[in-house]
Amino acid sequence: MTEAVTIEARNAVKAFGQGDHVVRALDDVSIQIRKGEFFTLLGPSGCGKTTLLRLIAGFEMPTSGTILLDGADITELPPNKRPVNTVFQSYALFPHLTVAENVGFGLTMQGRPRAEVTARVAEMLALVKLEAMAGRKVSQLSGGQQQRVALARALAPQPKVLLLDEPLSALDLKLRKEMQVELKRLQTETGITFIFVTHDQEEALTMSDRIGVMSAGKLQQVGSPKDIYTRPVNRFVASFIGETNFLPATVVPGGVRLATGDVVEVAAQARGDVTLTVRPEQVRIVGAGEAGAIAATVKFLVYFGTDTHCHLALADGTEVVARVQSPASGEAGIEAGSAVGLRFASGAAQVLED
Amino acid sequence: MASRAEERMQRQSARNGWLLSLPALGLLLIAALGPLLIIFVYSVLTPGQYGNVVWEFSWDGWVSILFTRDIFDGTLGLADAHLTIFWRSVSLSLMTTLATFALGFPTAWFIATRPPRQRGLWLFLITIPFWTNLLIRTFAINEVIRQEGVLNTFLLWTGVIERPLSIIYTDTAVLIGMAYVYLPLMVLPLFAAIDRFDMRLLEAGYDLYASRWQVLRRVILPIVKPGIVAGSILVFVPSLGAYVTPRVLGGGKNMMIGNFIELQFLAGRNWPLGAALSVTLLLIVTAALLIYVRAANRGSNPHG
Repeated sequence: MTEAVTIEARNAVKAFGQGDHVVRALDDVSIQIRKGEFFTLLGPSGCGKTTLLRLIAGFEMPTSGTILLDGADITELPPNKRPVNTVFQSYALFPHLTVAENVGFGLTMQGRPRAEVTARVAEMLALVKLEAMAGRKVSQLSGGQQQRVALARALAPQPKVLLLDEPLSALDLKLRKEMQVELKRLQTETGITFIFVTHDQEEALTMSDRIGVMSAGKLQQVGSPKDIYTRPVNRFVASFIGETNFLPATVVPGGVRLATGDVVEVAAQARGDVTLTVRPEQVRIVGAGEAGAIAATVKFLVYFGTDTHCHLALADGTEVVARVQSPASGEAGIEAGSAVGLRFASGAAQVLED
Repeated sequence: MASRAEERMQRQSARNGWLLSLPALGLLLIAALGPLLIIFVYSVLTPGQYGNVVWEFSWDGWVSILFTRDIFDGTLGLADAHLTIFWRSVSLSLMTTLATFALGFPTAWFIATRPPRQRGLWLFLITIPFWTNLLIRTFAINEVIRQEGVLNTFLLWTGVIERPLSIIYTDTAVLIGMAYVYLPLMVLPLFAAIDRFDMRLLEAGYDLYASRWQVLRRVILPIVKPGIVAGSILVFVPSLGAYVTPRVLGGGKNMMIGNFIELQFLAGRNWPLGAALSVTLLLIVTAALLIYVRAANRGSNPHG
């Protein structure tokens, strides 16, 4: 992956409504998306991720700010003049055209010669494994097949950037998993920059090179899936991606002091009251009274097959979840009601400022 | 297994269906085919002296659709006047269809893109002209476009024109009148089609490099075509047989087929010719519909 920037948004603001009812769907967002990467915009519904996608596609104009493509300002360019294509959430396939005509639509509109269109359509249908469906009407296809047509149609004109607006949300779980792999394969094979919008954090973690987490119209954090998961910058990111524990704490020299009085060694730049976060799989359960361990009581257990979630309470009542490997059959596990000790894996606990 | 019993049940329910629809079918047969048969029989009889017909076989009614017999030597010559009337009817009806489409499409689009709660009101407004009798509406148009009418008075007053426009009793007057009368018949089916149109396809079209014009031509029009076909048929067919509008707005001389038929049955006292003309009108309409529907089907299904 090169470091060249393909899409850049500078201080993009999009406000809807007038007077007292102005809603800032995008609130001063700046982002750089690199050439050839699989970039995911992740956030809950209404966080502004789709709005940002629509600004890049050209369906909306920003209230203020700039959108750049390969360094050139495209803010005012209409969608049909942008080398950017979209896979719509509803697919938006043309019902009056066949599969092949749908895939060839963009090329035909660009005025490419007929022979080139035919060849390219065949190539695209092979890429999404729908050669046999070329002459069908789109209404005769299944949801998964329509999804592939939408992909082939958007990829056919070889856009510089492919925008995907929650394209997998209408598919059932099994098909969704298949399409995740498929999308990743297409992205690698074509080398096109993918900007993928989703509210599904698991989808984001498994597919992306980088993730931009959004909330309330603002970009909260940009980084690799590992960065985002292991080093969330704030409480929102930590709770939105994966499961986590939050423990109120106060900064003391060398670490933070929990409400129970136990001191956890951790790097903290902040001062005063903070929140300590630690993922359930980084919480180790040890024997009660072990030196340096935090005393806790097992409240109840939730069995997940390979893992078991232990819901624990600290001395002050703070709840902590620990994910441990389920005991093998016959092996004695942890039991509800027993007193235990907790340790956090080294470097796993993190201080959040709010 | 159960298939034989099932089959028998199916046959029985099909028979019941036929029996139940028998009264309606009978009525249609008598009401539609009956008069048609009478008209056809009259067209091959001899005209009576004071109208009506004499029961004597003759092709004269049919011959005189296209030809006139010379008074002096009895030779047949092409009836130019009749051809002019046919041509005027077809061309005025086509122009009416085009005019209602040009006016009706933006109107239907406008209504279909209003918030759902407002659409009912707009559709209601479109149907208001139906509340008034056709004759009265046509006279209202007459009042607007006649020499000393509302339009001319207004234009003279504003100084846009110096002499009144002579619209009344021309083909243009008939066209204006018919476009006005038949516009709702174009708007309603167009609205129904556009209402079903998925507006997200517009974005898909723009996204795939189509200009506004291309989106209209390659995405919107093909998808709403059933509405265009329905609207065109609803406007073209009654236009072709229009009677009141050309009578009131076209004056006596700018006749259409409908007026010409009336002339044969009343003043002309040539019922066989009138009957032959009626059948001809029916054939033109049928031919036009066949051509139109076939063209529409071909366009929408290039691989079929």
